[in-house]
Amino acid sequence: MKELLDDEPGKKILLLGNEAIVRGAFEAGVGHGSTYPGTPSSEIGNTLEKIAKDYGMYFEYSANEKVAMEVGAAAAASGRRAMVWMKHVGINVAADALMTLMYCGVRAGMVIVAAGDPSVHSSQNEQDNRYYSILGGIPMLEPTSPQEAKEMTKYAFDLSEELELPVMIRTTTRVNHARGIVTFGELKEPAPIAHFEKDPGRFVAVPQNARKNHPRLLEQLGKAGPLSEKSQFNREMPVEEPELHVIGSGAGFNYVHELREANGLPISILKLGMTNPFPDERVGRFIEDAKRVLIVEELEPFIEDKVQAIAKKFNPALEVYGKHTGHFSRLYEYDPNVVREAVSKLIDVPPSEEPLQAEDFALPSRPPSLCPGCPHRATYYAVKKALGKREAIFSSDIGCYTLGVQDPLNTADFLICMGGSVGAAGGFSKNTDQKVFAFLGDSTFFHSGLPALVSGVYNQHDFVYVVMDNRTTAMTGHQPHPGTGRTGMGGPAPMVSVEDLARGAGVEFVETVNPYEIEKTTEVFKRAIDHPGISVVVTKYPCVLLDKKKLSKTPLKVDQDKCKRCYMCVNKLGCIALVKEGDDVVIDTTLCIGCSHCAQVCPFDAIGPEVEQ
Amino acid sequence: MNLQIVGVGGQGILLSSKVIGGAALDKGLDVWMSEVHGMAQRGGVVVTTVKIGEIVYSPLIGDGEAHAILGFEPVETYRAIKRAAKDTWIVTNIAPIVPFTVSSGKQKYPKPDEIFQSIEKVSDRLIKVDAKKLAQEAGAAIAQNIVMLGALTATDALPFSREEMENSIRKNVPEKFVELNLRAFDLGFRSAKEQM
Repeated sequence: MKELLDDEPGKKILLLGNEAIVRGAFEAGVGHGSTYPGTPSSEIGNTLEKIAKDYGMYFEYSANEKVAMEVGAAAAASGRRAMVWMKHVGINVAADALMTLMYCGVRAGMVIVAAGDPSVHSSQNEQDNRYYSILGGIPMLEPTSPQEAKEMTKYAFDLSEELELPVMIRTTTRVNHARGIVTFGELKEPAPIAHFEKDPGRFVAVPQNARKNHPRLLEQLGKAGPLSEKSQFNREMPVEEPELHVIGSGAGFNYVHELREANGLPISILKLGMTNPFPDERVGRFIEDAKRVLIVEELEPFIEDKVQAIAKKFNPALEVYGKHTGHFSRLYEYDPNVVREAVSKLIDVPPSEEPLQAEDFALPSRPPSLCPGCPHRATYYAVKKALGKREAIFSSDIGCYTLGVQDPLNTADFLICMGGSVGAAGGFSKNTDQKVFAFLGDSTFFHSGLPALVSGVYNQHDFVYVVMDNRTTAMTGHQPHPGTGRTGMGGPAPMVSVEDLARGAGVEFVETVNPYEIEKTTEVFKRAIDHPGISVVVTKYPCVLLDKKKLSKTPLKVDQDKCKRCYMCVNKLGCIALVKEGDDVVIDTTLCIGCSHCAQVCPFDAIGPEVEQ
Repeated sequence: MNLQIVGVGGQGILLSSKVIGGAALDKGLDVWMSEVHGMAQRGGVVVTTVKIGEIVYSPLIGDGEAHAILGFEPVETYRAIKRAAKDTWIVTNIAPIVPFTVSSGKQKYPKPDEIFQSIEKVSDRLIKVDAKKLAQEAGAAIAQNIVMLGALTATDALPFSREEMENSIRKNVPEKFVELNLRAFDLGFRSAKEQM
């Protein structure tokens, strides 16, 4: 990714949306970057991990999104251009900082990338973050492509500086994870180290200041209005004698644009890229002489509601079609099929090629699952073994270990958010008659598992607190965290110890085990279950994908003579390398990494290393 | 040109789409792709879209709009079938990856031959590739993705010559694996040509 540092204006390169955002920040002279990883925003940080140092900016993985927002706020308040990025639900974590930061504003440009995930590809919900722009008074841009993501990022720094307000770039998966051709602009030097000029009246949000800062925010937003009206990112694409008007934003715009171009449809399109403040006049002029307008936007009727209101002034007879009329859904992301169907209800669209209709097979589903050799599987197995016939509630968290929800592990009963396993476990322990486990990862522990631990000790909750420490932030692509001894820029760092923090909080039972030592791990869990109060068990073993050398370890083999077809391995572990072929169990050697978990579970000693013939 | 690449997380699909995208960039064509990152990569279904043309307007494909489907796994090829039309090339790996929903006995995996026969009833453009065998022949099972690219290149679906694709492989895979991958590409290419 060193190519992102090339100072060759006009150069064309194939970039992921997230890489394009990084380039946009470089073209704006960003000086500070901070984040907590989360799909679909993670590759912004992954890219900076490799090149932030070479570019000359500061970059960090903060312990969570709120901290990332706060360190970024301080940088921008000091006069150093700053970017923070996170997934949509990360904004919830950071919202406390963000809402009041909008009152105070910033001195240098501050850009907040809020990456949404319509269709919930890799998230716990598909909330529409555009409403944050209203709630916080945040100027907002919505890109449609990697090229536009780069342009908007660059522009957002200037806009933010002009208004002295943070600016939000709201993306979705199909922009962050789209790859397209991006044309470079000029590279700018990173913003240098700044000097913070004190201004308590502005930056100290005590009530008397907050009362002054709120009108200040509204005044600045007022200045943003005219900028939105003439924004280059709000673009009209008219046709002669249109039969339909369309207003679209984000990924939804792409599909309707494509449909029009492919079929020569008589549709005039207004593409909106700056949607807060809303360009009322611009939209008003577009719909003034229209008869019917279709609004194409994913998730909530954010634009549609605005258009309804604007039409009352500009064109009361206008027919507004969208989610309220059932032409589109408030659920999930759109695609060419969805948009074609909606447009076809209003004007004639030539049919597409007849799709192939093969006979209906019942196809097996293929949900994501723990990788072969994943240490989490071993932890879950040991917990179940330790419990025996006793029932327990498994309070789960955000990370790969959530995949314990699948058969045959079934080790997730409750999950709502990052770090939420711990508070919920405490709640279950006080309000039910069941044994309780909290499962969370090492990165999640530092993110938000720690305050809940302290709260649990204080309130004398009673559960087993399992930190599944695989030495990385695995699900999002192996980012470092406070426990790894490495910073986001690749430098050494103090290793913050989960065990020391737990002991420091007053937990008496703190044990660390290697989950692949199944007997020992089971024994520790048995004691932890019986221990009153919170007992912390750290199951420590690196993610198999992190330790690439392990991937070449010798796969195991089932000795078919010794195998008694009890299917203990298949039924208890749910490892995709264990395959039933007829009555036999065989090991897929392209998937097995030789972790030995199944060999330890087999009661007949039938699984072992493949012997050379 | 609309291409849908389907398979299972961990099969090297991202690299294969990058090779194709790189070839488009080299040729001065517009390209827009959609990838899968995050949770779905953990052994789940991976659907990658590659669209190439003078101007490309979106990164996704509607039903019947694919000019080619490159399936890294039989069931996943079948799952994508409605994206294909009569003239769509369907290039599929023949080796199943059995999901744990099947290995745990809850669901059934259909016989791959039945899947292929079913596709052949509605399409005469199915090409079956024993990618694992050919990749091992080339030197490493992990090169299955490039075997599949070779087979796809043998059809006329991509707007690239064999040489253009080989050049993109040279640019996009680590140098020490170039020879291995070019062998894998050749074996896939020939396997498809034999079936056409």
